[in-house]
Amino acid sequence: MNVRVLLVFLWPSVVAAQGFAGLGTTVEGYDDPVPDPVFDFPADHGAHPGYRIEWWYVTANLTAEDGRDMGLQWTLFRTALAPGGDAAAQVWMGHAAVTTAEAHFAVERFSRGDVPTAGVTAAPLKAFIDDWAMAGETLDEVRLTASAPEFAYDVTLRAEGPLILHGEGGYSVKSDEGQASYYYSQPFYAVEGVLSLPGEDVAVTGSAWLDREWSSQPLSETQEGWDWFSLSFEGGDKLMGFRLREGGEEGYTYATWIGAGGEELVPYARAFEAEALERATVAGRQVPVRWRVRLPERGVDVEVTALNPEAWMGLSFPYWEGPVRVTGSHEGRGYLEMTGYE
Amino acid sequence: MRREGLRVLLSHWRRAPVQLVTLVLGLALATALWSGVQAINAEARASYDAAAATLGEGTFAQVVAADGGDMALEDYVALRRAGWLVSAVVEGRLNGVRIVGLDPLTAPGGLGPVELDGGAEVGRFLGGEGQVFGTAEALAALGHVAPEKVLSPDVAPMTVITDLSVAWPLLGMEGRVSRMIVADVQPLGRPALAEVAEGLSLRPAQAAGDVDRLTDSFHLNLTAFGALSFAVGLFIVHGAVGLAFEQRRPLVRTLRALGMPLRLIIGLMAAELLALALLAGGIGVALGYVIAAALLPDVAATLSGLYGAQVSGALELRPVWWLSGLGIAVLGTAAASAGALWQIARMPVLASARPRAWAMARGRGRMVILLGAIGLLVLAGALSAAGSGLVAAFGALAALLIGAALALPSVLDLALRLGARGATRPVAEWFWADTRQQLPGLSLALMALLLAMAANVGVSTMVSSFRLTFTGFLDQRLASELYVSVDSGAEGSRLEAFLEGRAEAVLPIVWVDRSVAGIPAEIYGTRDHATYRDNWRFLDAVEAPWDAVFSGEGAVVNEQLARRAGLALGDEIAVGPDAALPVVGIVGDYGNPVGQVIVALPLFEELYPEAEATSFGLRTDDPEALSEALREFGVPEGDTIDQAALKRFSLDIFERTFTVTGALNVLTLSVAAFAILMSLLTLAALRLPQLAPVWALGLTRAELGRLELLRAVLLAALTGLMAVPLGLALAWVLLAQVNVAAFGWRLPMYLFPLDYGRLLVFAVAAGALAALWPARRLARTPPGVLLKVFSNER
Repeated sequence: MNVRVLLVFLWPSVVAAQGFAGLGTTVEGYDDPVPDPVFDFPADHGAHPGYRIEWWYVTANLTAEDGRDMGLQWTLFRTALAPGGDAAAQVWMGHAAVTTAEAHFAVERFSRGDVPTAGVTAAPLKAFIDDWAMAGETLDEVRLTASAPEFAYDVTLRAEGPLILHGEGGYSVKSDEGQASYYYSQPFYAVEGVLSLPGEDVAVTGSAWLDREWSSQPLSETQEGWDWFSLSFEGGDKLMGFRLREGGEEGYTYATWIGAGGEELVPYARAFEAEALERATVAGRQVPVRWRVRLPERGVDVEVTALNPEAWMGLSFPYWEGPVRVTGSHEGRGYLEMTGYE
Repeated sequence: MRREGLRVLLSHWRRAPVQLVTLVLGLALATALWSGVQAINAEARASYDAAAATLGEGTFAQVVAADGGDMALEDYVALRRAGWLVSAVVEGRLNGVRIVGLDPLTAPGGLGPVELDGGAEVGRFLGGEGQVFGTAEALAALGHVAPEKVLSPDVAPMTVITDLSVAWPLLGMEGRVSRMIVADVQPLGRPALAEVAEGLSLRPAQAAGDVDRLTDSFHLNLTAFGALSFAVGLFIVHGAVGLAFEQRRPLVRTLRALGMPLRLIIGLMAAELLALALLAGGIGVALGYVIAAALLPDVAATLSGLYGAQVSGALELRPVWWLSGLGIAVLGTAAASAGALWQIARMPVLASARPRAWAMARGRGRMVILLGAIGLLVLAGALSAAGSGLVAAFGALAALLIGAALALPSVLDLALRLGARGATRPVAEWFWADTRQQLPGLSLALMALLLAMAANVGVSTMVSSFRLTFTGFLDQRLASELYVSVDSGAEGSRLEAFLEGRAEAVLPIVWVDRSVAGIPAEIYGTRDHATYRDNWRFLDAVEAPWDAVFSGEGAVVNEQLARRAGLALGDEIAVGPDAALPVVGIVGDYGNPVGQVIVALPLFEELYPEAEATSFGLRTDDPEALSEALREFGVPEGDTIDQAALKRFSLDIFERTFTVTGALNVLTLSVAAFAILMSLLTLAALRLPQLAPVWALGLTRAELGRLELLRAVLLAALTGLMAVPLGLALAWVLLAQVNVAAFGWRLPMYLFPLDYGRLLVFAVAAGALAALWPARRLARTPPGVLLKVFSNER
């Protein structure tokens, strides 16, 4: 996914006033993504401490036995406070959330790099912070766990398709000036497990989407935030699309069309369109909760509606993230993330 | 019209400057004492809050090592990875400064000097050489260290806050954790502590909050003193305001007759009072700051000596107390003058304005006041008999003091009536009668004197009782004739060998700082010797407690530890890793804030082989010869202390802790003397119409002056006599109820008649001094002035 959330970047040495969470600034000494990457899996599922920011980002659309729609999020962020890849200069942050039509819970965790309470190993795969983990022999089958005062979950993710490399072979451009990140996804997870909510344990099934991304300066200085969509249509086609907002206007957009089964993969720069149809007041701000999303080249013209408009992540670095329903030319569901709405 | 009215009203003060001074000074003094005490309290509270806010002490539960030591970082990691939301803290001392290393990423919100969303700061705090946050005092004491020093006045005194990674090398505690702060809200499905790591225990939030609770009572003490002083000050203000208004009645009548609306007059008078109150309040707050700044170091010493609470010795100008000082000055003035304003408002335009009526009217309400006094005294008795706890004790104190003050005029009147019965000569009869007639005008000042003296008697009784008990305690505790200290454990061993045969006994003084039952404490290793059996007295003990201790089957704890940890005889306490002993005795331990545990020396050496004895108590029949021998052995003179010097030193520390109450005592008494002076001065002019006929009948002015002086002395002496029993009652409440709650120590009450006699002399002297000037003025009143009394209309 693109530039997701990220936050972290708020820290030191970074001028926080520019771009969301200080993402839009350059700092000397970090590694920079270069075109035509050659990934080395499973090693690249692990951490890349030479880059400033990195994340392991899972969202899942779930259905309870009684038919209720739900969603969950599990994210591990890594940010470096200083170049050089030193463990002590790394800070880890975890976000976990569960969303139903009526409720939304979000919590965060932090860990310092010089105390082993968070980290990622590639083989066997284990990404963890405190007791939260995404772990398995390989990325193809992992167990995802998180706990919080009001919820917990323990679900299994089984890949039913290949890894998807966004942009040009995993080199994902974020602006006309050339800011870029390494970015690949696993959008074909089938999910099964249990959500613990206040007063009930809910058996759920559904689909999940993993994003892996790392970079050192993924936003240009004038970009303020982004709207990011991961949509799964009935029939198996998927669409990942984002738009980066600049000065209140629509800025750079990008989309990856993922054909059913993952065989067909088409990148579209500046073809993806997203228009806010309805805003809701969430946490004191106006946030779009109903969108018109189009990708004319593929005949996509759909309405994307939040399952729960209140899916605000009121954490140290706040943003909106929650499950959505898709209607129109294509039917389906997915996840929406919106940052930089102040 | 407004301006003219104001000028007319203000002209009164020009004619009666003494009244103005009385009013302003009385209010200023009262405000000064009140706001001084408030300043001290505010400073101390800010220190506790800083400690709680920066260290999470008291407000959060903590995970600590069950044996009181520190923990491995692995335990912390294990807890986090099991889902426990804990935050690691490493603590220690460097150059006398407490270093607290914490993790800003996991510390509960509001802890630590940097906020996560504070942007750039977090990086500097976490990264590079790091930063240490502290007060100027703490940073200076820390000396040269690598991290950047950041001035932060909100950090607890003599403490610096820094990141874990900075604290580890500073303290030489890499890979260790002193304690873990437990977040209030924990996630679902968390395993029990014991399942995650062994040897850890959970200390609930309030256990560490003792300092706040303990010191609350001390501050209540101070506040009571401040309130008492303010009440005394209000007596003065009330008197002065009432008098000034009374004297201005003709003026008000004239103004109204000239057409000025009553509402405007009242408004002007209220504005005038407000201005005066603000002026006096301002002076008072400034004075209060001086008082607080002078006393704060002693208060800090007291709090640290009695409770182990660190309080900054430097005063900050906090709005909370100077605003409250101004506020109470205005409110006090309003309370003191509401009645007078009300009377002016109700006065008929053409009422005859006879100032003397004011003082006379006072006498009529006496019966009501006496009934109120009796009610209050009964309430005081009931509260101290039936109530328990600090609030009831202070309630009883307040009822006792106010009741006694209200009863004073009636009691004095009774005494004067009895005196008059014995008078046979006309002058004597006139003297008694005139004194009785004076009583209403002086009674407020005399009440102030009564309260001040009673407080003095009460507090000095408490302090002296404490001192006696403490001295006795030192005698049993400092039983060795000589105390010697050396530089290292090796030298200590050499010294012990050297003293073999030269001293009757060598008693090592060796201890380690550990947390016992969740409370910071010192564990002492003690050598088996008759010194302990002969001298130490227990508050509570099993049979032959020392036998149990020296056979390694028991431990003695001090009263502080027993009270704070709720220990009783037979309770097991952990005295070291895998070692627990039952409590076999509890000893009184005055003037020491820290909990103590005493175990047998062999057991101690086994548990803490790293602890080295560098101080020793020596028993000998011939201290001088032994000192000589020690010098020959190579111990510098300053390292050998004889018992007497040590006792002196201990008593010095103790004396400091009561400097504060002593100083407040003197100040309160001064305010009372000032009240008498001002009352006499203001009454003097009013009394001329009564004195002129006596003069005309043949008494000389000098005789009148002498009688005036005698009257003041008589009233002061009578008041002083009443103050002694009242003070003793006060002392009883302080010792039997307040003190137990405040200090946690039980003290016997001793009587000190000489002290009371001295106080009585002081009170009489204060009365005489206060009367001297008015009496002299009277003696020198030109006959013409006295004659005018007869020629004037009024």
